[in-house]
Amino acid sequence: MLNISNLQARVESKEILKGINLEVKPGEVHAIMGPNGSGKSTLASVLAGRETFEVTGGSVEFNGKDLLELAPEERAAEGIFLAFQYPIEIPGVTTINFLKTALNQIRKYHGQDPLDAAQFLKLMKEKAKTVKIDDQLLRRSLNEGFSGGEKKRNEIFQMAMLEPALAILDETDSGLDIDALRIVADGVNQLRSKDRSFIVVTHYQRLLEYIVPDYVHVLYKGRIVKSGTKELALELEEKGYDWIKAEADSVSA
Amino acid sequence: MSILTKIEGEFDSLLHYLNGKSGQAYNRLREQAFENFKKLGIPTVKNEDWKYSSLKGLEKYDYKLSVASSVSPEEVKSLPFAELEGLQLVFVNGSFSAALSSPLLNEKIKVLDFSEAEKEMPEILNEYYGKGLDIEREGLTALNMALSRQGAVIHVPANTTLEKPVIIRHIHATAEEDVKNSVHHLAVIGKNAELKIVEVFQNIGGNSSFTNIVTEIFVSEEARVDYYKIQDENNSSYHVGTTQVIQKDRSYFYAATFTVNGGFVRNNLNLVLDGEYIESHMYGLYIPNGNQHVDNHTLVDHRKPNSESNELYKGILDDRSKGVFNGKIFVRQDAQKTNAYQNCRNVILSESAGMNTKPQLEIWADDVKCSHGTTTGKLDDDAIFYMQSRGIPKPEAIKLQLAAFAEDVVSQIKWDVLRDELDILILKKLQS
Repeated sequence: MLNISNLQARVESKEILKGINLEVKPGEVHAIMGPNGSGKSTLASVLAGRETFEVTGGSVEFNGKDLLELAPEERAAEGIFLAFQYPIEIPGVTTINFLKTALNQIRKYHGQDPLDAAQFLKLMKEKAKTVKIDDQLLRRSLNEGFSGGEKKRNEIFQMAMLEPALAILDETDSGLDIDALRIVADGVNQLRSKDRSFIVVTHYQRLLEYIVPDYVHVLYKGRIVKSGTKELALELEEKGYDWIKAEADSVSA
Repeated sequence: MSILTKIEGEFDSLLHYLNGKSGQAYNRLREQAFENFKKLGIPTVKNEDWKYSSLKGLEKYDYKLSVASSVSPEEVKSLPFAELEGLQLVFVNGSFSAALSSPLLNEKIKVLDFSEAEKEMPEILNEYYGKGLDIEREGLTALNMALSRQGAVIHVPANTTLEKPVIIRHIHATAEEDVKNSVHHLAVIGKNAELKIVEVFQNIGGNSSFTNIVTEIFVSEEARVDYYKIQDENNSSYHVGTTQVIQKDRSYFYAATFTVNGGFVRNNLNLVLDGEYIESHMYGLYIPNGNQHVDNHTLVDHRKPNSESNELYKGILDDRSKGVFNGKIFVRQDAQKTNAYQNCRNVILSESAGMNTKPQLEIWADDVKCSHGTTTGKLDDDAIFYMQSRGIPKPEAIKLQLAAFAEDVVSQIKWDVLRDELDILILKKLQS
């Protein structure tokens, strides 16, 4: 489904990704862990098409297409979804209006007729129930004045609505208390299926207790320096990142 | 011939036309006003209040005081807001057109030229006409007083609510020539009475129009007025308008000014809060593009205690357009317990567009709450990327965000049909 090969990216003159290799197959959950500043969020942003980052080398293939050639909205239409670490507040646009526009633009991309208001509302109610988000919240301006937990839940709700093939969760656990974390994780688990893959970017192992990954990768200084199964996350929890740093630094030195 | 020489000639022929009628109060004011205008002239950028807004371009045009209009009723009826329900008063090139207007059987409202108004309601004219205007300092207001002969004179008696809103449409018939007008409206709203009024400005044809308009509104004790001004004029138009409002105790006044299009626009909105427990609101939205120039000057003069004023102006500026916002708030020594809020926010879409903002607060009282803020920024790239990442193409994302930016001004409109028509105009403009 997703094949990242020797991906390099920078912001201004600073190299951040220095050759990432990663393959994600349908239905798999990959966790990307790593210390602060290792490039985790950059990887998530580059995959979603954020222009701040300049791709300087490598390739990304997604379901047979050259992902790097596509505009962010085309990537979304092809089935990529990024759950933001810091969801943006957009005053004056309700979540409902926003998602209706998004969904119908994606349908248009695939040559489908737009959903009418009634069809959309029906779908919305159904999905809101799945991820346990309050209808009233969706009638308000997008994320405006939402608590941290409400914003993250709204991200998961949007994911449920857009039904992506590959969902990238960028530090979805940051700023959440344990109850909010559980609700968000439940939402994600509801959406797991044999065709849908996830990349879960996180600094802590905590989230992975609830969203259990098939693979865990450690990103350090712009490279994946270690890969393993969920046990690797536990090891990191116990021992911290220093041993990985030492190992990686000795190899590159 | 310079524009001033032309204006002098015009004034002389007007006096000639009025010969024998000059005993009337408004005509006595006329000569004084013209003397003032000759002293003050058309403002230039040397005048601090006109620093960013030059009227030099007026010299390029040969404006006619055209009474005969070449517009057909069909053309007038096909313009936006033609279907707005209410008392439609249509002025073509500054002249009232009874044929295009609603029948005015309603006794509560009269639309007259001033000589008739003096016959029919002399007490209203004598008591209110020109009373709040500063013709000692404002050259173009003085010129309006000197030249104006037509306008709506609206009197809403005490304890009366006009069931229908008043819709004043100014049509500039500019298909064949450059035209100008000096309309002067007067609205007097009696104690505990209510009025909803909108002024609309539109061109038919691409030549220039020069509108120098004054609208005076007197809001008596406990009266309530909603006032809208909608400008959708062409790119060679000049518009200088002054809306002068005087409010008395416990009255309510709401103004919303929407500049959708116009070559050069200068709006002066002056509120005198001459009473206690007054509530005043001022909203504005301007969305210039191309070479359009929009200048909003507002003045709120808190003269007595315990009143509140609230102001929000927003601008979206594209291409080489320029915007000006100048917001004066005076809180006089007597005006303790005043609350006054002012906010002006702008989004600039192009490197060549520009915005000058200047809040001016002068506060002589000590127990007051005042705040002001202005911001001018670019579109939020993060918000646009967020929308794109959900499948919304960039142009759609920008449109959605701009519409949202305008929303808190547009959503204030409690007149649904007006808001819907305006929404369409605004979206159409933002798409271009």
